[in-house]
Amino acid sequence: MRFALAWSSLRRHGTRTLLAILGVAVAAAMLLDMVMMSTGLRESFRELLLSRGFQLRLAPKGTLPFDTDATIENSSAIVATLRSNPRIVIVSAVLGGTIHIPLGDRVVTSATLGVDPAVQGDYELLSGRDPLGPNDIAGNDDFLRATGAKMGDTLEVATGYDPQLRTYAGSRRLVVTGRVRFLYGAANQLATAMRLETLQEMGGPDRRDDASLFMMKVRNDSEVESTRDWIEKTVPGVSAISTSTALAQVDQRLSYFRQLALILGTVSLFVGFLLVTTLMTVSVNERISEITVMRALGVSRVHVVQQIVLEGIFITIGGAIAGLGLGLLTARYLNGILSSFPGLPVAIDFFLFQPKAAWMSLGLLSLSGIAAGIYPSYRAASLPIATTLRQEAIA
Amino acid sequence: MNVVEAKDLARDYHLGVEYVHALRGVTFAIPEGDYVAIVGPSGCGKSTLLNLLGAIDQPTRGSVNIRGNSVAGMRDREATEFRLRNIGFVFQRFYLMPTLTARENVELPMSEAGLGRAERGERARELLSYVGLGHRERHRPSELSGGEQQRVAIARALANKPAILLADEPTGELDAKTGAEIIGLFGQLNSDGTTIIVVTHDEDLASAARRKIHMRDGLIVDG
Repeated sequence: MRFALAWSSLRRHGTRTLLAILGVAVAAAMLLDMVMMSTGLRESFRELLLSRGFQLRLAPKGTLPFDTDATIENSSAIVATLRSNPRIVIVSAVLGGTIHIPLGDRVVTSATLGVDPAVQGDYELLSGRDPLGPNDIAGNDDFLRATGAKMGDTLEVATGYDPQLRTYAGSRRLVVTGRVRFLYGAANQLATAMRLETLQEMGGPDRRDDASLFMMKVRNDSEVESTRDWIEKTVPGVSAISTSTALAQVDQRLSYFRQLALILGTVSLFVGFLLVTTLMTVSVNERISEITVMRALGVSRVHVVQQIVLEGIFITIGGAIAGLGLGLLTARYLNGILSSFPGLPVAIDFFLFQPKAAWMSLGLLSLSGIAAGIYPSYRAASLPIATTLRQEAIA
Repeated sequence: MNVVEAKDLARDYHLGVEYVHALRGVTFAIPEGDYVAIVGPSGCGKSTLLNLLGAIDQPTRGSVNIRGNSVAGMRDREATEFRLRNIGFVFQRFYLMPTLTARENVELPMSEAGLGRAERGERARELLSYVGLGHRERHRPSELSGGEQQRVAIARALANKPAILLADEPTGELDAKTGAEIIGLFGQLNSDGTTIIVVTHDEDLASAARRKIHMRDGLIVDG
């Protein structure tokens, strides 16, 4: 009966109820987006780091991978040292660089990675084959589009452009063998991959044994930190970064972001709470005589409160469900804008839907809906019956 | 056997800066099955007395016993439960729940008392038939006339088979013809064994009662 009474009370002012639900939906959507954003970027980054199973990365001392143009010398010796540790099962050295492809009166410039195609963790092959040979190159869609190259085409590829002399340090004819997607590539970024040795050779004598990064798979997850410690002690001039230390650094860099999300999320929750409280207060004030008569008829205070709280819960749950859809839609739209930010891997999601986070935010909102109904209903249910009826009759 | 016994019943309250002695100490008893009209000028304490009998207000002094239960001094929870099981209220302005149908309005006190859906539905239909509204059970208050609404309110008051039916100006909002129908219904109810206490200015309603209690300045002056 309380359920029916609560439902019919809401239907009595259908437009007002609908507007309240929409208001709560907007607050719920914002709350959900903020919760998704506060954890999404970190989780997305973690998933990206672990996507190919590499738990450890080695970068030049004091830097993050590809944070600077700095490289690590004597890479082959480092690879040999790393492979001597039985806990390290795969080592993948990577050299980053820039290539230039003169095409008539224009030059297409692209990022490139020198990798060991057999163990690389930087790209996934979409069609064709890996650049296994010394004169092979694979490119992403943006690169292939910009150069107009097709599978099997040969390109004149140069590196080490000197802007003073307008010359290149090295040049080579490479055959396009594959179409790839780079896991860490930014939006609209032209990118290619070739064998590590090829890129080292094209970089001239100074870069013959350089690497920008080493990625490693460790036998067991539990051995990652001890392996990281071993590398720090054994290999000088490098920073060994495990997924957890990388995430700690990301956390540090994202702390302002999370604070912003927390503040906006709290504001959304508060707005939802105020909205439902206001509506409940107005609704209860309109029904003081009905509530007082219910009390006179023998309806307990608890049941009056329950009925009005139920109304608040209906509104909140209705708003939360609508807000879930609205939040996911806006998150998708905003993610599209933020993910195209220059320099950020396109695979990073700013808003990552996590059921736990969604339930948490909707749960918080539902709790606020319950809290919103308690005060006005308890106040109304506690009014002195005789006095209130007399005042209502006079009014 | 007396269903109502009031002894030295007094009620004072503040009205702004004034201290009003609404009831100054009234003593009376009402036997089971009686039909009593409380009459008197406005402000004489009729409604205050009815509120005390109905356990929706507490006396400043004195005692009220309904079917042997002392109403004065009951806590809110006890008083609420007591009203649910023992008191039927009929108000001047009907006060039906506007969003519920006639039948649902009658079911409301039974639902609170814990009756099952089928049982309370059946009893609500019986009560609506009793007050002559069997054909209007699905109508909402806004679709009913004033007299019909008051009939629904009477059916609601009888829902939990109360010890007494308290009515505060039940014909006050009705025209003469409809008021006469309600007076007739009260007479029928009393003939069927319901104890009725009615507060009224309506001479016809008061005359229909078996007994009149006249009040003036917070005291019973006759009856």
